[in-house]
Amino acid sequence: MTLHTAPPVFIAAAGDHPGFLSPSGVEIAFLLVGLATLGAAVITVTTKQLVHAALWLVVALGGLAVEYLLLTAEFIAWVQVLIYVGSIVVLLLFGLMLTRAPIGRSPDADSGNRWVALGVAAATAAALVWVVADAFRTTWIELDGPAQGSTEVTGAFLFRNWVLPFEALSVLLLAALVGAIVLSRRRDTDTTVRPGTNGTAKEEQS
Amino acid sequence: MHLAYPAVLAALLFSVGLYGVLARRNAILVLMSVELMLNAVNLNLVAFDVWLRDTLHSGQALTLFTIAIAAAEIGIGLAIVLAVYRNRGSSDIDRLRDTAETDEAETLPDDAEADNAELPHGGGNKDDGNDENSGKTKKAEATT
Repeated sequence: MTLHTAPPVFIAAAGDHPGFLSPSGVEIAFLLVGLATLGAAVITVTTKQLVHAALWLVVALGGLAVEYLLLTAEFIAWVQVLIYVGSIVVLLLFGLMLTRAPIGRSPDADSGNRWVALGVAAATAAALVWVVADAFRTTWIELDGPAQGSTEVTGAFLFRNWVLPFEALSVLLLAALVGAIVLSRRRDTDTTVRPGTNGTAKEEQS
Repeated sequence: MHLAYPAVLAALLFSVGLYGVLARRNAILVLMSVELMLNAVNLNLVAFDVWLRDTLHSGQALTLFTIAIAAAEIGIGLAIVLAVYRNRGSSDIDRLRDTAETDEAETLPDDAEADNAELPHGGGNKDDGNDENSGKTKKAEATT
């Protein structure tokens, strides 16, 4: 019997949860969806076609919604689908259209400091993954029992403990709405000519 | 589930978004990369909330707040990008160098083939009549 016991160091490190070599079904699903999400994110930041970047962003955000579902945070998953995939990506596509982004491949999608950015991102990834994997290697999420983020639970904690930040958030959204309208309003009746620039005349032509 | 899976995935997504913010040239693509970084933070918040099981559910509440703030941020950001595009005829970030203090900001590789290579030396009043050159003219006037 003593032949099959693990060394005591491993027992002390592993605690009372299974190791990485025997993943559960949820972990396998999380890993596969995570790989798809990460691949879509990489394509989003590296593709030369601007519209394709927005469409791959849909894949990445949808994959993250599936991850939320696997973490039993159902309400946040559907909020993610509604707000990110439903509105933010559509808003980004409208922005791409309104700025007359090229439809085909645009060779200047990446700026000149691409390799510096790659180095910084690789260093960040290495440091973060090293620290996080070292810190939470033996930590185990207990996903059994009632869902942590069902709609009932979310409504209970949101409107029982977080009412005031929620209302403040509505004020912030109102301010953002008004600000976006003011910023994007075309100033046709603007007669104040800024000194030193000839931009207002060109705006009226276009 | 191990906490390491969502934590490592969030770290990698954050790094991918960081690369996009630093390496992209179009402002809207930079906004997309910012969204990726915010989503990495959201995944961390949800994972740690499910792990900690606190009664307040701070992580999920903060995730909802982050999503709402991201929506507000993308609205304001796109409005700013559209205003810049209307004024300058371009939404490339590394051409918006009005506040750069050195002269080498004017010698971008993409501006070399344009007709404004001599603009910092006094061609600031050249008027070609379309939006893009008016933006560059304003840039030259701002720097001279």
